[in-house]
Amino acid sequence: MADPRDQDPNATPTPREEQVARNVGADPTDPHESPANPDNRISVSRRAADAENAQQIIENAPETLTGVKPGARPTSRMSQRRRVGKNVVEVQSTGHSWDGIEEYDNPLPRWWLWTFYATIVWSVGYVLAYPAIPLIHGSTQGFIGTTPRDEVAVDIKRFADANAPIQQKLASVELGTIKDDPELVNYTANAGRAVFNTWCVQCHQAGGAGASGYPALVDDDWLWGGTIDDIHTTILHGIRSPDDPDSRYSEMPRFGADGILDAAQIDQVTNYVLALAKLPHDTAKAEAGATVYADNCVACHMEDGTGDRAQGAPNLTDAVWLYSEQGRPTEARIRQIIHDGPFGVMPAWSQRLSEADIRAVASYVHSLGGGE
Amino acid sequence: MAILDHHKILEKNATLLLVFSFLVVTIGGIVEIAPLFYLENTIEKVEGVRPYTPLELTGRDIYVREGCYVCHSQMIRPMRDEVERYGHYSLAAESMYDHPFQWGSKRTGPDLARVGGRYSDEWHIDHLINPQSVVPESIMPGYGFLRDRMIEPTHIDARITADRRVGVPYSDEMLAEARADWLAQANPDADAAGLQERYPGAQQRNFDRQAGVSEMDALIAYLQVLGTMVDFSTFQPDQHR
Ligand code: HEC
Ligand code: HEC
Ligand code: HEC
Repeated sequence: MADPRDQDPNATPTPREEQVARNVGADPTDPHESPANPDNRISVSRRAADAENAQQIIENAPETLTGVKPGARPTSRMSQRRRVGKNVVEVQSTGHSWDGIEEYDNPLPRWWLWTFYATIVWSVGYVLAYPAIPLIHGSTQGFIGTTPRDEVAVDIKRFADANAPIQQKLASVELGTIKDDPELVNYTANAGRAVFNTWCVQCHQAGGAGASGYPALVDDDWLWGGTIDDIHTTILHGIRSPDDPDSRYSEMPRFGADGILDAAQIDQVTNYVLALAKLPHDTAKAEAGATVYADNCVACHMEDGTGDRAQGAPNLTDAVWLYSEQGRPTEARIRQIIHDGPFGVMPAWSQRLSEADIRAVASYVHSLGGGE
Repeated sequence: MAILDHHKILEKNATLLLVFSFLVVTIGGIVEIAPLFYLENTIEKVEGVRPYTPLELTGRDIYVREGCYVCHSQMIRPMRDEVERYGHYSLAAESMYDHPFQWGSKRTGPDLARVGGRYSDEWHIDHLINPQSVVPESIMPGYGFLRDRMIEPTHIDARITADRRVGVPYSDEMLAEARADWLAQANPDADAAGLQERYPGAQQRNFDRQAGVSEMDALIAYLQVLGTMVDFSTFQPDQHR
């Protein structure tokens, strides 16, 4: 059955309804808020499972609905809820209903609302403090008179000034004497590691362990030289770097790709290289490869295969390999290197890093274990 | 309140609501967008910024197609930590020929605004084929297939014309020579005098180190030019912008 009052927009609220309205902070005399207004009520017919149940609801209004003494001082919504229990505080409907789905007028959580108001207040201050509103000839500049560009310049300067004394000292001393000055040793160990971990690890790997094509910096096998001066030059100008005319440069010919040697000769000299390195090889081919090597390779890798640092030509007789597969030299890889010609490139850092940073990282690399 | 009652008229009339919403958005749009066309700091001219070469432009399209921007931003913010890690903060002018720009705010990987010249071509090849081979802890997916996909400058004129329409100052000569420039940049033996004249500082190499022009050539050509156009040893930022 339907509640007859659902159909009557001018019904006056019952005392119980008035009390409920006060409990939720609504004004029972305002028709917009009054619980007597059917728009504001969840009709019994919707709440009830069936006609019998509706009858029961109308007849047995829960005691707790009148949980607040009539005439009591209005208290906060929170404490009312606590006292009378959530279920009895019937949230008002906004009166909007679509296909029987009603929209309730739930209040926003207070903490949220106040945070929201606070952000509005903050934004006013922010807009006044910083460059913000675009006008005809530029934007408002803000009363603290700073811009992001200013701020970053100041921030960078603050750190630069703090490090200036030690960096100036580092940039001006003889490279060779850095390792004798405990203060500089301490500084380069930290600053150098930081530079290395930002700019160098992607190629030289963590701690300078190296990978195929990217030399290990921890051993004492150097392509271009392992003194602090050599390392400094390498970092400053790079190796075969297209961006730096002073870059270290050499180019091993592409013996196969450019047709300087035929497949048989490459096969022979590959075996000769394996023999030089005391790796498993075909003795007959290696012997034939000796002449190929003498004719084509000694100018850079030297007669005994120990290489030439002036040209960055690696030592072929030792256990350290620049190009490898899963960390080991293989016949296929060596053959491919001789066929295609290696061309390892390291970027030049003079444009990106300061002299002090380059010295710090050079000193760090020098200290990794193989420095000369 | 009276004003709220008036507002009810809008709330109850869908067409009126639409008209007024449109009005509000238009006013907001004008206030926010129009100043960008005349305010000094957004139209700061910076020496060195040039339109992309045809090959770089192709590489950029591949960058967009592969969704590299999903993980990489191209904007170094003016903050000390970013400047220390990536280099000079980005200037608006550096992306003035980007349509659309690649600034982004999602950094799963590092910012790429100044990656040009930071690594060798070999490193990019190794890294694109298998990122974990050079950065063991990387979560970037591999893009080795780019090296197998050979490309031709078939649509490059149309591509450049499209950019011209939206205001990139490609000259008639650039348009006429687009195919030749595209081919020359990836061929170290080609005569590149014209390319250099039209696009100062363009790097000419066999970027993917194999015969023919692959998508990887174009992509690496693009990566290697990122952030390298402005010479920051001479650039003086105007602090009031
Ligand atoms: C793009 C990759 C790459 C980056 C980044 C890189 N290097 Fe290198 N580096 C190389 C390659 C490749 C070689 C070997 C070149 C060759 O084949 O001769 C090399 C060689 C060197 C050498 C000479 C090794 C020797 O045996 O003589 C030093 C020293 C060095 N790098 C230090 C650094 C430092 C310090 C950094 C960071 C500031 C750095 N590298 C960043 C690729 C890189
Ligand atoms: C013009 C000088 C030059 C000549 C001639 C030359 N090489 Fe090389 N070779 C180099 C350089 C430089 C490297 C290192 C390249 C790099 O770092 O990218 C190298 C690297 C190698 C490597 C790789 C070493 C490693 O540690 O992985 C092998 C193997 C090799 N050469 C063999 C030969 C053979 C065999 C010949 C003769 C057929 C030859 N080279 C002739 C300069 C030369
Ligand atoms: C799933 C996210 C993801 C996608 C997609 C992605 N990358 Fe990366 N990228 C990374 C991560 C993470 C790193 C850092 C680790 C590394 O160097 O591999 C990285 C690093 C890089 C670097 C080295 C940057 C530096 O300064 O060290 C380059 C260059 C690069 N990505 C290019 C690309 C290109 C080009 C594409 C599209 C073909 C791409 N990335 C797509 C996640 C991604």
